Amino acid sequence: MFETKSGIFLIAGLGFFMLAFVVMALIPISIYSGESEQSVEEIAADGLTHEFVDLAERFPEKFNEYFGKPDPKSYAVALRRGHKIYVGEGCWHCHSQFVRPVSNEEQRWGSVSYASEYENELQRPVLFGTRRVGPDLIREAARRSNDWHIAHFYEPRYTVPTSVMPSYRWFFDDDGYPNRDGMSIITYIQWLGSWQPEYPYWTGEGPPPALKADAAPDAAGSEENV
Amino acid sequence: MNDKIRNSAMAADPRTLVDEKIVLAFLSASLAYVLIAMLAGLLYSLQFIDMYPFAGIEFWSPGRWRFVHTQGVAYGFIANAFLGALHWAVPRLTRHPVLDRRLSWFIFFAWQAILVATVVGVLFGEAQALEWGETPVWIDPVAQLGLILVAINFLTPILKTKGPMYVSLWYFIAAFIWTPLVYAMGNFLPEYVIGGSAAGAIGGLFIHDLVGLFVTPLGWGLMYYFVPIILKKPIWSHGLSLVGFWGLAFFYPLNGIHHFLYSPIPMFLQYGAIIATIAVELVVTTVIINFFGTIYGRGDALRSNLSIRWFYIGMVFYFTTCLQCAFQTTLTFQRIIHFTDWVVGHAHLVMFGVFGFWIMGLMLYLLPRVMHVDEWYRPRWNHWHFWLTGIGMLIMFFDLTSAGLVQGFLWKALAPWSDSITASKPFWLIRTISGTAIIIGQMLFIANVFMTWRLSKSGALQSTPTQHDPTHEDDAGAPALA
Repeated sequence: MFETKSGIFLIAGLGFFMLAFVVMALIPISIYSGESEQSVEEIAADGLTHEFVDLAERFPEKFNEYFGKPDPKSYAVALRRGHKIYVGEGCWHCHSQFVRPVSNEEQRWGSVSYASEYENELQRPVLFGTRRVGPDLIREAARRSNDWHIAHFYEPRYTVPTSVMPSYRWFFDDDGYPNRDGMSIITYIQWLGSWQPEYPYWTGEGPPPALKADAAPDAAGSEENV
Repeated sequence: MNDKIRNSAMAADPRTLVDEKIVLAFLSASLAYVLIAMLAGLLYSLQFIDMYPFAGIEFWSPGRWRFVHTQGVAYGFIANAFLGALHWAVPRLTRHPVLDRRLSWFIFFAWQAILVATVVGVLFGEAQALEWGETPVWIDPVAQLGLILVAINFLTPILKTKGPMYVSLWYFIAAFIWTPLVYAMGNFLPEYVIGGSAAGAIGGLFIHDLVGLFVTPLGWGLMYYFVPIILKKPIWSHGLSLVGFWGLAFFYPLNGIHHFLYSPIPMFLQYGAIIATIAVELVVTTVIINFFGTIYGRGDALRSNLSIRWFYIGMVFYFTTCLQCAFQTTLTFQRIIHFTDWVVGHAHLVMFGVFGFWIMGLMLYLLPRVMHVDEWYRPRWNHWHFWLTGIGMLIMFFDLTSAGLVQGFLWKALAPWSDSITASKPFWLIRTISGTAIIIGQMLFIANVFMTWRLSKSGALQSTPTQHDPTHEDDAGAPALA
């Protein structure tokens, strides 16, 4: 059995692989089978983020050209496109989407990640992430303004002088305003964590909320004081 | 093993068994991709030290070039090299040629087309969000078909063999079954069928199984073949070979979830994956003991034979990564090192420090034989290749491991995020420098291969074909060191 073709083919090759697949894949699949996966349209039907509406108000002509009115339909289009860019540019190489219950991550980013928030089309394949060069993004919604993101995508060093993030000039038109891709990726980033009952407010710069008693953060300039 | 081959009537002329041209073709493609993938990695690393030369240009987006680095290494460098070595080893081990040589050539060109399409696809922003599964969705089915054809092409001669099979063939059979299954699981299920945390579990299985069930069994199978042949000694213990194979087959597929510890994947499965990972380390120890038992008494080969040196340094690195893994997979270590450069260091040590080193040893052995030369254009360059690569690899590993600890503890201390970036920059500079040393080493080797090939065409280094028996092993193995 241990040295025969059939033993190796059937037991080691197929058998052990299937065993591992049953244990390590089918069990979690069955555990989470009760959670139905949300489509992007269903996400959009839950309501728009303020930041998406803000983009429409700030850049009315361009927004109208790219997406039309800020409604659930256009929101779904922008989210999908933003997600594709997030994946295609490899943003997930340096930004995780997963707050762990250890290493004080709750204090830095907000509540610990839970299973149901990954049950949607924009987590396909799931974007837990692989490395954190930049901060985690699953609690990013509304943490920073659209303006901050626009400046940051154009040249990350404008907002975070020590940043090693690439500049994404192709998210912008020649006049310096965000183009379709720019607005989509900002819509996507501002969606990450918008389902949370409470938005986190600490930007990761300056003293964290837990230490506020010792030193009150400079609310106005905390992002610049890096 | 070798005597069997030599005495067999079928193998009276090994060249009827082995298509040497395809071995050379696959190995050359592998060398081309190691250069492309490493240059992409070097380019990407420049982003981290504020020296990226093409900032703000869409085509040169660093994130896209990172895909070229990881995909190029896995499917260009390692897969091509293994396919080349398998075309050499499988017919010799089974005494049957592959199913069809035309199929081999079809696979060769199809695989290169898949690679080119992958590189072009990811550079135009079509990647998928799964490490090593980034291949654009429209290439996945073609690559899947290619892997099935590879399995058929090699399994046919293996199934034709009668009687007991050598260790290498156990690993090869298993790898040819596992690889298409793993590829299908990772590239289709999370994309089309399963979402959410369960897909995370499958993604973890995929990235781990690609190393553990595709690269590792082929790598060890080739080691079990080439080490005894070069040393002219049998493997030390058949029993340990059995333990190593069956232990790997049982425990390795259970490891995947250890990539997402503290995630919403059920905790009991995370514990299971951790235990299975530590078990793999114990299995690996038996394999390492077996190979060091084999070389015992022939330690001089480490000095005199460059292939053996690459193989055994690779094995030392293998033991190191697996030992490291047994610790880093524990929840205690995970608190600090997850998401840091520690993991990046680990990945580089295992993919290049182990399998890359083995491939270099294989190339040193195989290339002169398929080019029919007795010596290298510049034997010294091969030594430079070894030392630049080895020292570069060690520096990169220690550098990234230390960087990971610095980052992890700064995060835990709730230091401003930018502090972790500032603290990492010196480490990232050293990474770029050590990577450059590795690349210079590969360039020297590639130049040496090219010049040797050119001279082999002109006949300057050519041995008379009748005297050259590719199954003949001189003590030195690589002719350069004779």
